[in-house]
Amino acid sequence: MISIPIKPIILSIFAPRMNMQKIRNFCIIAHIDHGKSTLADRLLQFTNTVTDREMQDQLLDNMDLERERGITIKSHAIQMKYNYKGEEYTLNLIDTPGHVDFSYEVSRSIAACEGALLIVDASQGIEAQTISNLYLAIGHDLEIIPVLNKIDLPGADPEVVADEVIELIGCDREDIILASGKEGLGIEDILNAVVEKIPAPKGNVDEPLQAMIFDSVYNPFRGVEVIFRIFNGTINKGDKIKFVNTGREYEADEIGILGFNQIPQKNMSAGNVGYLISGIKVAKEVKVGDTITHVKNPCTTAIKGFENVKPMVFAGIYPVETTDFEELRASMEKLQLNDASLVWEPETSAALGFGFRCGFLGMLHMEILQERLEREFDMTVITTVPSVQFRALMTNDEIKLINAPSDMPDPTRFKHIEEPFVKATIITASDYVGSVIQLCMEKRGQIKNQVYLTSDRVELSFDMPLAEIVFDFFDKLKTISRGYASLDYELIGFKQSHMVRLDVMLNGEVVDALSAIVHRDKAYEWGKRLCEKLKELVPRQMFEIAIQAAIGTKIIARETVKAMRKNVLAKCYGGDISRKRKLLEKQKKGKKRMRQVGNVEVPQEAFMAVLKLD
Amino acid sequence: MVDTICLELESRKNFLSSDPEIETVYFGGGTPSILSSVDLDKILGSIHKNFDTKIQELTLEANPDDLNPQKLLDWKAMGFNRLSIGIQSFDQKVLEFYNRAHNAQESLKAIDLAKSAGFDKLSIDLIYGFPHPDHSIWNRDLETALRLDPGHISSYALTVEPKTALGNWKEKGKFLEADEDFVAEQFETLMERCTDTGYIQYEISNFGKENHFSLHNSNYWKNKPYLGVGPGAHSYDGKLRGSNIANNPVYIKKLKSGLSPFEIENLEGLDICNEYILTSLRTIWGIDLSYVKSAFKVDLLELQGSVLKELDNQGLISVDREKIVLKKKGRFLADGIAASLFVA
Repeated sequence: MISIPIKPIILSIFAPRMNMQKIRNFCIIAHIDHGKSTLADRLLQFTNTVTDREMQDQLLDNMDLERERGITIKSHAIQMKYNYKGEEYTLNLIDTPGHVDFSYEVSRSIAACEGALLIVDASQGIEAQTISNLYLAIGHDLEIIPVLNKIDLPGADPEVVADEVIELIGCDREDIILASGKEGLGIEDILNAVVEKIPAPKGNVDEPLQAMIFDSVYNPFRGVEVIFRIFNGTINKGDKIKFVNTGREYEADEIGILGFNQIPQKNMSAGNVGYLISGIKVAKEVKVGDTITHVKNPCTTAIKGFENVKPMVFAGIYPVETTDFEELRASMEKLQLNDASLVWEPETSAALGFGFRCGFLGMLHMEILQERLEREFDMTVITTVPSVQFRALMTNDEIKLINAPSDMPDPTRFKHIEEPFVKATIITASDYVGSVIQLCMEKRGQIKNQVYLTSDRVELSFDMPLAEIVFDFFDKLKTISRGYASLDYELIGFKQSHMVRLDVMLNGEVVDALSAIVHRDKAYEWGKRLCEKLKELVPRQMFEIAIQAAIGTKIIARETVKAMRKNVLAKCYGGDISRKRKLLEKQKKGKKRMRQVGNVEVPQEAFMAVLKLD
Repeated sequence: MVDTICLELESRKNFLSSDPEIETVYFGGGTPSILSSVDLDKILGSIHKNFDTKIQELTLEANPDDLNPQKLLDWKAMGFNRLSIGIQSFDQKVLEFYNRAHNAQESLKAIDLAKSAGFDKLSIDLIYGFPHPDHSIWNRDLETALRLDPGHISSYALTVEPKTALGNWKEKGKFLEADEDFVAEQFETLMERCTDTGYIQYEISNFGKENHFSLHNSNYWKNKPYLGVGPGAHSYDGKLRGSNIANNPVYIKKLKSGLSPFEIENLEGLDICNEYILTSLRTIWGIDLSYVKSAFKVDLLELQGSVLKELDNQGLISVDREKIVLKKKGRFLADGIAASLFVA
């Protein structure tokens, strides 16, 4: 998505140095659909940060995709002015993504704040993602302001949900603000609480510059816009700066604050939040969590907590038409400009031709890439079985990373395989505890803890293989809990697991794009279901087709697509000839879009079959 | 309408100038048997007047319920020497389902009448593939037909076309088509029983005894030119195909005001070659390779060598230097085979 370039507004040349005591930096912690965006919109309207004319629904979520999914994928920040008891305060609202795929970005946004609004839907209660982000915020000593949202809804139960909140953060009942973003209730209370309760930033304007990057926005005309929070020191337009972790140096071509528009500034100092433009062309150079300092007189330490974001899920992405490979490459390169966490390298498949092995933060990230390719570049792609990163301990004690089934070494060459495990936290209504536990056991999970948050809401913790979670776990969890269970997970390390590579063969030819790394105990079931699914998707041809699943040379499942029995239209006289030729030509063209595996023609959908097993 | 058809015949008397001699005339594509003898005679007269006629085969398509001794006598007198009777089925329930005007009894009677009127070249249409739990309906229909012993049988699988009554039913889920295997089994019975009783399958859907093959239809499959007259009729002059406007009033209006109802279809490059491959492959004579070479400058053996080899290996075709002919197994898959041989 492209941010619209904004004309700079006239510089306030004699801008007085901002009083740090009048700044409040805060974020919002909320579960998807709990009304974060609508409430944020109300704050912006109430403080006249945006005029009604400028107001769009869910202003902060300005990517189409985000708006449709109702989640904020990339965090942004916006500055408001608020008059409190005759004094003007600067409130920086830092938006945070609400999905587990982006938990590192959330942690950096939280690190840029002194306070957080904890928004809980008064009809739904607290969800797992909210709790984990809340713990992150508490861990960073943020002042928490609890808000019950959607109190106007008929299903709202503020008393019960307030109990949950009190239990969770130990606040007093009267500290909880009742609000409705939709109706505009409680907005002033929230703004007052932000000023009264959230501490002003600490920091020293005279120390060397130390600012943290917590977000970036790609602008095709001006390059990457870096969003930062200054902890110490002052930055001036034109300063020579450097990013500590990448070591790259730039000139601060433009700095400013983020109102509804960008408002350029001559200088900005400790406590404030703003943007920086310095002609950076590639999103990858800007790493969230990195520290900005001056080239001359740099800070002595970088801001703590920086991590290189690592992909968690890997999958092959192939063009539907093999001839579109170069176009796909060009599209991916463009997407990478504003998606720093997307990594990829070329990959070749016998069945699918040339494509890319991509690394994603999670399944949502993968879906987003697919959708963006379709929407922004009109590129439909085939995605192969997603895989996590396994590790093989080789016989020579070397550790080999496995990102794809084709990376899997021969069983004689390794001692064992390790797979990533997560701690999964699930909050659900107590009615569904049984089915949630059953599901997690099926997914090779081990229950670690079970806590009743209230009499009918339970928090369950499991150790589970990441591979099981990235697949169809979340959808299943939603189904068995009628949509109410919420999930959060964090990586806890690698554990030895008996993983095998499962291959699929069509008339004896391995279809590399359908191979998967699965646990041995699940291989049989997997193979059986995959063969059954493929039987539905592979059309009958002039000969019989054997669909087999195999581990090494051992066949564990088989289905047969019988030979086509009849493919001949009845009549063919004077009036039918051209029509019939055209029909056959059309069918032949359709066949050309299929992929050839040996002598078998395989339709595109078959390669996606694995994603839809059930 | 009849006058307009005569008008069209006159206006298109030069259409077949590349091969002007008329060997066969076929009254079909609907129910021409409802026409009065006077009208039929009028059209025939116009054909003789405007064309160089050396007619060997003069066919009339007839509905069983239109047949009566007087009409049969008239047709005979006009020179019709072949009748194609749209029996479809001898099963009353099936006929009702197809919404046919005739009943099972009339079907049986029609053949007797035609035979006693002296029509020795007799063809009947039969439809197989009607959805049913078993093959009993089809087996009964087929055996009845064979017992009546017409010289020619055309038999088609039931096809459900969109925008027809059946098509609408299918879409609404009121009609479930029989599955491929079921239909294939009936096709197999048809081929076996016809062959057993002395018929030759000279085209996928056409079975004839010696000297009873349809000359007219065979010419379509040999890429011979033809002129189609009347609303919706198709024509081919050896180079271009086209069809008349199908709407009756528009058809009449155009001709009456001196305009042509004929709309030429765009044929490009090797379209005609592929159409020849498609139609000739369905016949007992197969694809005549030297004809393909001389008419279209295409060496099919060379162009489709590997495809032919694969088809041969699978026992679907026989191929030599002169021709490509479907084997029995290949007749089930004629469309796929033809498409795989198309040249571009």
